[in-house]
Amino acid sequence: MSNAPTRDAVPPAGAPRPHPLFVALRRLPWGRIGMPAVLVAMAVFFGTINPNFWSVVNLTNVSRQISILALISIGQTFAILSAGIDLSVGSLLALVSVVCAQGMLEFGLVGGIVAGVLAGCAAGLVNGVLIAKARIPAFIATLGMLVAARGLALTLSGGLPIAGLPHEFLVIGAGYWGPFPLPSVIAAAAFVAAYLLLSRTRFGRYVYAMGSNEEAAVLSGINVVKYKIMVYVVSGLCAGIAGVVLTSRVISGQPTLGEVQELYSIAAVVIGGGKITGGVGGIGRTLMGVLVLGMLSNGLNLIQVSSYVQNIVVGAIIIIAVYIDLARERRR
Amino acid sequence: MTAEQPFLEMRGIVKRFPGVLALNDVTITVRAGEVHVLIGENGAGKSTLIKILSGVYPPDGGTILFDGLPVAIRNPHDAQMLGISTIYQELNLVPDMTVAENIFLGREPMLLRRLGVVDRKKLDRQARELLAALNLQIDPRASVRSLGIAQQQMVEIAKALSLNARLIVMDEPTAVLTAHEIDQLFAAIAALKARRVAIIYISHRLDELKTLGDRATVLRDGAWVGTVQVADASVDQLIRMMVGRDLTEKFPKIQIEPGDEVLRVENLSRQGVLHDISFQLRRGEILGIAGLVGAGRTELARAVFGADRFDAGQILLHGRKVDIASPAHAIRKGIALVPEDRKRQGILAHLSIKHNITLTALRDFSRGGFIDMRREHAHAQDYAASMRIAAPDLERWVHYLSGGNQQKVVIAKWLSSRADIFLFDEPTRGIDVAAKVEVYQLMNELLKRGAAIVMISSELPEILGMSDRILVMRGGRICGEFTRAEATEENILDRALRGPLVDRYPQTEATA
Repeated sequence: MSNAPTRDAVPPAGAPRPHPLFVALRRLPWGRIGMPAVLVAMAVFFGTINPNFWSVVNLTNVSRQISILALISIGQTFAILSAGIDLSVGSLLALVSVVCAQGMLEFGLVGGIVAGVLAGCAAGLVNGVLIAKARIPAFIATLGMLVAARGLALTLSGGLPIAGLPHEFLVIGAGYWGPFPLPSVIAAAAFVAAYLLLSRTRFGRYVYAMGSNEEAAVLSGINVVKYKIMVYVVSGLCAGIAGVVLTSRVISGQPTLGEVQELYSIAAVVIGGGKITGGVGGIGRTLMGVLVLGMLSNGLNLIQVSSYVQNIVVGAIIIIAVYIDLARERRR
Repeated sequence: MTAEQPFLEMRGIVKRFPGVLALNDVTITVRAGEVHVLIGENGAGKSTLIKILSGVYPPDGGTILFDGLPVAIRNPHDAQMLGISTIYQELNLVPDMTVAENIFLGREPMLLRRLGVVDRKKLDRQARELLAALNLQIDPRASVRSLGIAQQQMVEIAKALSLNARLIVMDEPTAVLTAHEIDQLFAAIAALKARRVAIIYISHRLDELKTLGDRATVLRDGAWVGTVQVADASVDQLIRMMVGRDLTEKFPKIQIEPGDEVLRVENLSRQGVLHDISFQLRRGEILGIAGLVGAGRTELARAVFGADRFDAGQILLHGRKVDIASPAHAIRKGIALVPEDRKRQGILAHLSIKHNITLTALRDFSRGGFIDMRREHAHAQDYAASMRIAAPDLERWVHYLSGGNQQKVVIAKWLSSRADIFLFDEPTRGIDVAAKVEVYQLMNELLKRGAAIVMISSELPEILGMSDRILVMRGGRICGEFTRAEATEENILDRALRGPLVDRYPQTEATA
């Protein structure tokens, strides 16, 4: 994050040497501690202006608010790592919500939840087959799904919210596990599972390999078609879980949920340092990106920045984060 | 300026990268109209030096003198203003624009300057003049996409000339060229010399250096070893300077009694690409496949490996007919393909050395899809050590390794797949002499362990030096077969250039 001064081919005689503190700062392993450092700095900044930021109530709130974004960003991480993208996750939240609610009215609590999650997986499977088998670029295939899934959600629901869900369903969105809100616990569990999947399994390794160099991956004997499909099913599964949690939070099936959430999930991945062209990134980095976005919106609210201005800040942060990454890469 | 007086001097250049001293007190001078060859093993610092010269990297120490005055080259534009042009292996042209448009990109002659209207006639005429000055027959109105790689290089050279370049740096220009194209390039270089343009020429082909170079500077491990008059130096002496020791054998061929047949290809054909190809491969032998670029050699290897489909014919492994539908399938059957294009097909640049090496073998040490990390690490360490991959640690991205080390990683990846039939496609392209010998020794190791090797190569000395039998391909057909004893550069080239295209290749003729 420190910027090296550009040096001339011929350093002028007696040029001032950089301050030792500056030199020491430059030597720190910024790649590893950069994002946590930014998070700490942000927390200190918001906490200083408004001490309420540090209250348990607020931090609990933040963790609950970001759980939906966190879940779909996990799926997005898989898609982007494999050199793809999943633009459909926002619309899938709505589709899942409607399917979950209707399923619940039809088959009861568990039936509704299962139906919702399966709807997400099925949409992911369609995405995956279009991308891996029909070789439609991921951007286009999931763009189509973005539009179509929203349309399907509106069609199924007739454009109206679906109310009358069982009271017990509230638990998922509003309940607690010990001191922790259930949505946060679900998101945390998903992070752990995704971390293990990406770093410890063959599937995870192949996701990186496909994203780094698909042709070399094929020649190394990786069944790229199969694993690409799996990537989008995982993303659909994440959207399915997120959709069910969100439906519980609003305790109704809503065909209008999740608009532009896909873009925030992409933002989370790249702010964390994932490369949009694939192969570089990871679940830990995405977590950092989600935390930055979540803390930013909460903190800006607390210090009473208008939501209009908030968007400007978030937009700038996305671009700055990617710029810093690029600058670091160029220096190496 | 006389020929004796250098116009460019890089003095005591130092460059550090995290953990590496890439250049340590390197000095090089360049005179007008000379071809100055820069040689050294992979990772010796050649690329770093020219990147400093062309403004890509700032040096950490040292002085650059241009016409006797110190200059700062802070970016490629500065270099261009001084008259330094660099032609990289990855060419910098816009494929869908014409030759003339590319040469004058950003400097087009204008008809109506205000309105930004280009004077196309003048543009084409000026381009034609430039190309003629280099004795090139290239239509300035052809789109660059339609040109071969050699002609694209020529366009880059013409562009450099149009910028009034006094020094053109060429980074391994012949690595991707055929014999005929190399002749064209050399003619263009002669024309440049006649115009007093200096050339810094990086190459791994020492024979080229002898025909082309005036002086040669040798780098080793980032340090300057010496600068010699090419006419006074023998190839052996140069090799000794590069590797710091005598290379006793450039081709350490061992003889092994060939064993059972492991691979048999019968009448393999693919519409317009491969025609009726048959051969067999036995345990313990290297079957060399020679031919010109585009003769169908790579396509043949890919078909056997299941990377491309074929229309007719069959493949037998250990005497049994097999259907190889995909590379994954081929790997499970014990076939490995070390592909020709390292960057595009071989390495996974943003994966670590470790993860590259183990990619083909993950199945062997995973359970229920979970990778046993400790066994994976041990495995990678074994193979990295046996390939002598020079890197501080195995977690480093392959992206940051030198070409030779990258190739070793690719080979290590294939060794770890535990194949017994190896298809090497241009295994030593773009790597230095010492690394080449290591690759050959590795092939010997494989043979001793009972493997069989098909080696596709465009370098005849390599084909002659390492093969037990040699097939020659032309136009998608096999048009000659020689034993090691029979083969000479002349008869292989003759087949590669003039071999029969229509008739089914008759067995008797080849051995005659």
